[in-house]
Amino acid sequence: MEIVQKILDGDIRAVARLMRDIDDEIPSAKEVLKELYPYTGKAYVIGFTGSPGVGKSTLVDRLVDKLRAEGKTVGILAIDPTSPFTGGAILGDRIRMQRHFLDSGVFIRSLATRGHFGGLTRSTHDMIDVLDAMGKDIIIVETVGVGQDEIEIAHTAHTTVLVTVPGMGDEVQAIKAGIMEIGDIFVVNKSDREGSRKTIRELRNLVELGLRRHKTEGPPWEPPIIETVASKNKGIDELYEAIMKHKKYLFDNKKTKLERVLFDRAKLHFVGILRDQLFNTVLKRARERGEDLDELVAKIVHRDVDPYTLANKLVERELGDSK
Amino acid sequence: MGSDRKLRVLIAKPGLDGHDRGARVIARAFRDAGFEVIYTGCHQTPEQIVSTALQEDVDLIGLSILSGAHMYSFPRIMELLKEHNAEDIVVIGGGIFPTEDIPKLKEIGIKEIFEPGTLLEDIIQWVKTNVKPRGAAEAA
Repeated sequence: MEIVQKILDGDIRAVARLMRDIDDEIPSAKEVLKELYPYTGKAYVIGFTGSPGVGKSTLVDRLVDKLRAEGKTVGILAIDPTSPFTGGAILGDRIRMQRHFLDSGVFIRSLATRGHFGGLTRSTHDMIDVLDAMGKDIIIVETVGVGQDEIEIAHTAHTTVLVTVPGMGDEVQAIKAGIMEIGDIFVVNKSDREGSRKTIRELRNLVELGLRRHKTEGPPWEPPIIETVASKNKGIDELYEAIMKHKKYLFDNKKTKLERVLFDRAKLHFVGILRDQLFNTVLKRARERGEDLDELVAKIVHRDVDPYTLANKLVERELGDSK
Repeated sequence: MGSDRKLRVLIAKPGLDGHDRGARVIARAFRDAGFEVIYTGCHQTPEQIVSTALQEDVDLIGLSILSGAHMYSFPRIMELLKEHNAEDIVVIGGGIFPTEDIPKLKEIGIKEIFEPGTLLEDIIQWVKTNVKPRGAAEAA
């Protein structure tokens, strides 16, 4: 396919259009992705996650300076939320990254969640593959501003950077399950603000408790806590060093660590594709019998049937052996 | 699950004026109309605007300008789009323009100019009528 060669050559328009096709679920995009797959698996993926307004985009912007100075090419996926009411979105992460707009070594793409939960978009893994195939050395995924439980990024990135700021909550917030468990690196951004010492102390407690609790195979990784003021370019060298150190740790422990990351990512990607395909197949076949989703839901609302029985019936009928 | 094309729009402010209220209002209105709006803020050079439009694969560029420098930045943007074979991207302008400049801007390919007092609904309707969804990559 001509388009495959264009992607491999890094043709901006071809890459941008393919990403669009992936997000819009145009069937031909899947054929292109199949062809591109053998060319993927080379890039290093860094995830940035944290609550809205903690400074993820600004940190990414600063880190890109550092990566470019090291001669690395960079792809960025910046995710913002879709309106649940209109389906529209305002994608504004680019505002913080303007300095890189004219650098041909940097490709930035804004993505909208389009109803997907988990911090990423349904398309993120495919988008990573496209950037990888076009030859970007480093791919940075900036999640949507998250709350407590959007942890898909941890199963996607080689290195997950969890960004917080001073004064985000008390000690109990720090020991809750979920997002606070997934950082390979913690960043306390805006660390020139009041309460910074306390936040760092709490994070340190959290990290130390975690180390003793999670006995995993292979040598342990102690997540460092980095203080930054991204807007003033402070702490960025330290952040870069920490990421490189984590990368080395993964590659030094290929069997127990690096392969685990790759396995988790492939699993999340594959399970997502399989789930979508099963769902779409069942609904398509039901539609061919003249049953549409909204009518099925109406049956549940009217209490003609419970949701479990209906789901069972559909799956058995459309995918079961008895057909 | 469907394969409905979502309209992607870039709202940008070229040049040196920092009055972005209008740009933000139109960005919000487009969001509410169901479009994905890439918003890049003030002080954009024509080169930055075109680079963003290409990477984000937008269908439409909305340029907001109040500084009076439109006769410099608009032609430059059209020139750059042409250089990158991206003349299929529709470009519109909003802001304050001397009446005699409007035909000149349309002549260089700006599809429509929206002046103060235009209703948001009219702009959205114009976009829905005049900006057609794109074909798939293979066909392009």
